Amino acid sequence: MSRFQVVSGKGGTGKTTVAAALALALATEGKRTLLVEVEGRQGIAQLFETEALPYEERKIAVSSGGGEVFALAIDAERALLDYLQMFYKLGSAGRALKKLGAIDFATTVAPGVRDVLLTGKACEAVRRKTKQGTFAYDYVVMDAPPTGRITRFLNVNDEVAGLAKFGPIHNQAQAVMRVLKSPETAVHMVTLLEEMPVQETADGVAELRAADLPVGKVIVNMVRPHLLDEEAVRSAAGDRRTDIAKALTTAGVSGAAKLVTPLLEQAADHAQRVELEREQRAALSGLDLPAYELPLLSEGVDLAGLYQLAKELRKQGNGS
Amino acid sequence: MTLDASAALEIDPLIDDPATRIIVCCGAGGVGKTTTAAALGVRAAERGRKVVVLTIDPARRLAQSMGIDSLDNTPRRVKGVEGEGELHAMMLDMKRTFDEIVEAHADAERARSILENPFYQSLSAGFAGTQEYMAMEKLGQLRARGEWDLIVVDTPPSRSALDFLDAPKRLGSFLDGKFIKVLVAPAKMGGRAGMKFLNVGMSMMTGTLGKLLGGQLLRDVQTFVAAMDTMFGGFRTRADATYRLLQAPGTAFLVVAAPERDALREAAYFVERLAAEEMPLAGLVLNRVHGSGAARLSAERALAAAENLDEGRIVDQRHGKAGVRDAAAASPESPPVAHTDAVDHTDAIDHTTEQLTSGLLRLHAERMQVLARERRTRDRFTALHPEVAVAQVPALPGDVHDLAGLRAIGDRLATGGPAPAGAS
Ligand SMILES: Nc1ncnc2c1ncn2[C@@H]1O[C@H](COP(=O)(O)OP(=O)(O)OP(=O)(O)O)[C@@H](O)[C@H]1O
Ligand SMILES: Nc1ncnc2c1ncn2[C@@H]1O[C@H](COP(=O)(O)OP(=O)(O)O)[C@@H](O)[C@H]1O
Ligand SMILES: [Mg+2]
Ligand SMILES: [Mg+2]
Repeated sequence: MSRFQVVSGKGGTGKTTVAAALALALATEGKRTLLVEVEGRQGIAQLFETEALPYEERKIAVSSGGGEVFALAIDAERALLDYLQMFYKLGSAGRALKKLGAIDFATTVAPGVRDVLLTGKACEAVRRKTKQGTFAYDYVVMDAPPTGRITRFLNVNDEVAGLAKFGPIHNQAQAVMRVLKSPETAVHMVTLLEEMPVQETADGVAELRAADLPVGKVIVNMVRPHLLDEEAVRSAAGDRRTDIAKALTTAGVSGAAKLVTPLLEQAADHAQRVELEREQRAALSGLDLPAYELPLLSEGVDLAGLYQLAKELRKQGNGS
Repeated sequence: MTLDASAALEIDPLIDDPATRIIVCCGAGGVGKTTTAAALGVRAAERGRKVVVLTIDPARRLAQSMGIDSLDNTPRRVKGVEGEGELHAMMLDMKRTFDEIVEAHADAERARSILENPFYQSLSAGFAGTQEYMAMEKLGQLRARGEWDLIVVDTPPSRSALDFLDAPKRLGSFLDGKFIKVLVAPAKMGGRAGMKFLNVGMSMMTGTLGKLLGGQLLRDVQTFVAAMDTMFGGFRTRADATYRLLQAPGTAFLVVAAPERDALREAAYFVERLAAEEMPLAGLVLNRVHGSGAARLSAERALAAAENLDEGRIVDQRHGKAGVRDAAAASPESPPVAHTDAVDHTDAIDHTTEQLTSGLLRLHAERMQVLARERRTRDRFTALHPEVAVAQVPALPGDVHDLAGLRAIGDRLATGGPAPAGAS
């Protein structure tokens, strides 16, 4: 199993949630995982119901498997100052730069700088060793930018290595790319069984493949149970209405006659949705990637729900 | 019902009023902004107005069915719209819009040198805020053309609804900011007392940044900014001008949200922000709401009834009860769901009817749970913002990808007051 697990997907499909569940799932007995976020939104803190994370690694959960989950919200500005410090020994000039808005500028507008810093920091955590020579974290899971930006985000160091032809920055960029393009890394795509997210997943996977980045799994999120199939509904909508009304009455439902039509309408909706989902599943299976499925938690995802999703991921083979 | 607190959002009076010139659909990603914008466009046109819809990142099939999937960045007349009015629609091409600004403000040679500038190229290809900036820009352009009496604007699929208001200014500030000024004209700053020190520091820092970003890149930024600045007096000014357009009378904001916690929290932020900016909010469109025509049957009772049916079936099978069902006793061990061809015909129908009815009841219970959750989330919002008018649009079972679908959404928008719209 890859040590660096990157979670992308269309906006709102559950990247943050799935990344967190994955970090929990991978933290089996004695293992340490690091969950990183890169968009400055404090999504991890919200999910784990803790106060905002500082720019430092701290333990946020103990998994049901006995492992530990650490979290880090990478702040691009702080990372830039670290970076300048590392390569140029800037000292107090760093503060002056900050005052002028240079850091803001560099991290927000200047092409790629932000992404170089974020991927650089994450890869540093992936490669970090303890004094004993073992890895500091067994797994690093990233709540990554959405599908539309993921390839560019991960590939930015290739461009940098091209711009700076030698020297420390060149070497750093190369080291990052070596991690990202190796089997050490897996980029997962979270999707729903809906047209737009599935389309984005297909486009995203094609882009990642074209850029030689290692695609991991498709994680189908918020899967709803199928309670009735289309055929059952079709046969019911025909000549079985009186039978159904009778069955309802037998089961203790009053005013059954008036309920048959709306119940059948709901069933028809359901059947239509199942059919649409089947089409989307077919499109996904065309991608030829392993897939995991996570159920829709009807009460939304709280801490307990997160553990439930982690358990589900373990059951499906992740976290071993 | 708690919802009586908030008024119904009347869509038709809004789109029929000739004083309404711009409708902006905002909200968090994936809630249905594009769908709502397009549906409003269709409805307003079919009610007689000359409308243009600016969509951003529409679902592929929707764009195809409206005939706006070719990326020429100008509005196209949409075919199949009925009635007196006209519908034009376009899909925003952010890079093309940026190029057009350059082309409109510089002579051919200058324009070419800017368009070829690598910094310009990466900026226009999409950095934080570019899409929002260009959406505003396009809105300004469409308005200036004066060819339509209603402009419906969709907003970019940002994570936060507020980005649409903030990103253009943020980008403008960067491009017009102090740092860029220093980069572009360090000499000017050096003149003032006390700035000398800074200037020395500055050349050192631009040296540093130069190394970090690549010296060529920094020069590209400098030439780009200098060229753009003389062209039209700054990005910030431009962003400010469109921002004022949004505050003008005749503009109405619709906040779109799904009845989910995150989307409604985002909607609440946006509502508060609009009030602070004195931008006119028409109301909240609550999209993809579930309803039920059988709402008087509660989830609990439906589940209990389903269990009765399931148990009844097992009991019947085990004990070979009443009449026709005796045949089933032949295989008492078979689980209730297994219905094999071996079973006699009448009996099979009988059992699947129970199975089917139990399925219908379970489905209904699930639906009622969704309804209850959506209602709770919505009530939390209305308690916080009772002043906001609400229109509810039911979740259709399939995607919305053609004019018929858009019309259906438009009808629901117009009739879907704050009470759940019956069966859906
Ligand atoms: N399996 C699930 N069951 C129920 N709700 C879920 C599930 N997964 C995610 N959600 C909910 O969906 C919403 C979006 O999830 P999340 O924030 O993880 O998405 P995201 O992809 O990180 O979004 P963004 O693109 O904004 O970063 C949240 O309210 C979350 O609680
Ligand atoms: N009321 C609705 N019922 C069913 N599907 C809907 C509804 N509203 C939107 N959709 C679907 O949801 C998806 C996202 O909608 P879209 O309008 O593109 O969202 P946004 O522009 O807010 O990102 C589309 O596939 C659309 O067809
Ligand atoms: Mg997220
Ligand atoms: Mg959209």
